[in-house]
Amino acid sequence: MVAFDEMNGVGNITRDAYLRLKDWLDKAPPDLMSLRRSQAELFFRRIGITFAVYGDEQSTERLIPFDIIPRVLTKPEWSKLEEGLVQRVNALNAFLKDIYGPRECIRAGIIPADLVDNNPGFRPEMVGFRPPHDIYVQIAGIDIVRVDADTFYVLEDNARTPSGVSYMLENREVMMRLFPELFRDHRIAPVDNYPDRLLQTLRSVAPRFAMDEPTCVLLTPGQYNSAFYEHSFLADKLGIELVEGSDLFVDDAIVYMRTTEGPQRVDVIYRRIDDEYLDPLAFNPDSVLGVAGLFEAYKAGNVTLANAVGTGVADDKAVYSYMPEIIRFFTGQDAILKNVPTYRCREKDSLAYVLDNLNELVVKEVNGSGGYGMLVGPHATARQIDDFRKRLKHDPDGFIAQPTLALSTCPTFVASGVAPRHVDLRPFVLSGSDRVRIVPGGLTRVALKDGSLVVNSSQGGGTKDTWVLDA
Amino acid sequence: MLSRTADNLYWVARYVERAEFLARTIDATARIATLPAAYGGTGSEWESALLTAGAADGFFRIYQDVNEKTVTDYLVSHPDNPSSIRNCLDIARRNARAVRTAITGEMWETLNGAWLELRKVEPSALGREELMRFLDWVKNVSLTFDGSAYRTMLRNDAYWFTRLGACIERADNTARILDVKYHVLLPETEDVGGSLDYFQWATILRGVSALTSYHWVYRQSVKPWLVADLLILNRQMPRSLISSYDTIVRFLDMLGEAYGKVGQPHRIARNTLNALDTTVIEDVFQQGLHEFITQFISDNNKLGKAITDHYLT
Repeated sequence: MVAFDEMNGVGNITRDAYLRLKDWLDKAPPDLMSLRRSQAELFFRRIGITFAVYGDEQSTERLIPFDIIPRVLTKPEWSKLEEGLVQRVNALNAFLKDIYGPRECIRAGIIPADLVDNNPGFRPEMVGFRPPHDIYVQIAGIDIVRVDADTFYVLEDNARTPSGVSYMLENREVMMRLFPELFRDHRIAPVDNYPDRLLQTLRSVAPRFAMDEPTCVLLTPGQYNSAFYEHSFLADKLGIELVEGSDLFVDDAIVYMRTTEGPQRVDVIYRRIDDEYLDPLAFNPDSVLGVAGLFEAYKAGNVTLANAVGTGVADDKAVYSYMPEIIRFFTGQDAILKNVPTYRCREKDSLAYVLDNLNELVVKEVNGSGGYGMLVGPHATARQIDDFRKRLKHDPDGFIAQPTLALSTCPTFVASGVAPRHVDLRPFVLSGSDRVRIVPGGLTRVALKDGSLVVNSSQGGGTKDTWVLDA
Repeated sequence: MLSRTADNLYWVARYVERAEFLARTIDATARIATLPAAYGGTGSEWESALLTAGAADGFFRIYQDVNEKTVTDYLVSHPDNPSSIRNCLDIARRNARAVRTAITGEMWETLNGAWLELRKVEPSALGREELMRFLDWVKNVSLTFDGSAYRTMLRNDAYWFTRLGACIERADNTARILDVKYHVLLPETEDVGGSLDYFQWATILRGVSALTSYHWVYRQSVKPWLVADLLILNRQMPRSLISSYDTIVRFLDMLGEAYGKVGQPHRIARNTLNALDTTVIEDVFQQGLHEFITQFISDNNKLGKAITDHYLT
């Protein structure tokens, strides 16, 4: 399977977006590239000092490798992605409003009721409750892969607490310092207004009767959480307090933070804590990270949680396979961004097809994540395939299957020089009460190992700056 | 500002100050403990150091013998001593990390650098000379941290809370030295011990880095009542009780003005400052130095608690 290369296409003709960059790469002496790479590392160490606490054993793991060759998208490519992202996130919000409300999509047969009700991300406590402005997913991270010049697929929706946006911002920062000449020769859409857009979004979703200047906070599980540096980085850029559960309390269904000037009312909580730990009175009673009474205050309409409780039901793998239908039902249009073709093994015909083609498919557990419980047909042994065949027959509802995709590649600076490596893209989509905001680009993750399709940082993945050319 | 943030800032400063004080105490004690008895060495110097550090109870749960080795081990790095130098710097860094964005890069790098450095040394394995170098290094960490705060922080509540923490700890430390050593400062000891007590007094002054200052202020040989005067009532001396309270009252007033509200901490601090202001050293000796100091330590603790209740929780 030949992968589409974003610089060289499938042949060896440089695509327009990369013309200048290719030229520069061809001229740049190898020494310069090595030098820039070590400078980038140094810069990230210093950021590490600032945000990830360089030298801490836990957090050195968090210094994710950075590749100095940017990934380039053209304006038309991005415009189409953007349009598709807006449509998709609007549909996600409408879907959540519907399943916690009138459930018309279930009555219309768009999605089976048991998939919703038995979903681990579904929160029955949310049924009948409408969050401020009917927005559930204020911050979404949509994972996108590309297979040819025109085809982008959504691989996964992240509708709970997507992370990684600090890398998007830091990567741009370091690139602008190291390669000012490239920024002079390209017109690259800026991303550094993301914190400002996020703050606008958070303020726009404050409860309707909140003061003109709503108080927003970022709720973190604390400094031992693996994403803590991102939490403190964002709070700092947004100019809002970074609070832990113990900094907040609820009195008469109103949330306050403890400040040196006494209790201060809180209107919007950008929470980076999972649903079950939010409130020991409503969810996991053993949680020490949350705030007792928070859910009651939320249901009284006195505080906005971003994202809402119970959004996990919308980013699950089984529900994902219904997204094209969900989008059509709620927006009246066909999905602009396609799903990866997905076979639901719960359906008889699909199961038969999957069983016949196991050696070519990727089979995933509906509730699995992080690559566990997954069969990659082309790389599997006969025995693994047999094993999966048994499991599929025993519990077809628990699995979906997808064709093995040839993810696009981008030029990447590795030990042997510049070589193609597989990439994906996570743009961040912000939904406010006034509009949807997306900063052009997102976080590009790259599989640094030759031939690898796994971009996760835990498995040797790195990141790249993502450019959207404005002209 | 979040109460937790203010609390962290306050304790960062307190723990850094405490680490420096411990280093000075060990340094000064090591000096006098080597003196022959005829020059004032009493043989109980290391026990005094433990008392000054407020660490005697914990120490005797672990050790029987009081000597240079056991006391320095305990005060510098023993894992069971919550107020060892190592622990103070660890806690200071942990607090700083939790409020990383509320302090400046320079302050953070000082504490993070110290913490990284500390992981490389095993203080209990240090020889005498290395130990002295280590203690100097600890003092330097504190000085750099303080200097960074002074030079780089915005002058707002964040700064004021660090200053409050440092000054309350400093007042406590100065008072503790006086509390442990008060007997050598009583006027009658002049007749008894005469100049032999010079080394005792000098040790006290060294503990608060004031030996040279003493001569500049009083321009005479070391007299015990003047040592007490310098440490309690002299405004030129930055570690004196009255100087510490000048600073405390000033920053509490700034907080009160910024927040538009004053309370219990302001009243307690002002009362203590007024009392110091209207006192002369003769009064102190009349009342009893020991009683005076005991009262001060108790009032200072009360202020710490009032600040905690009013601002930090």
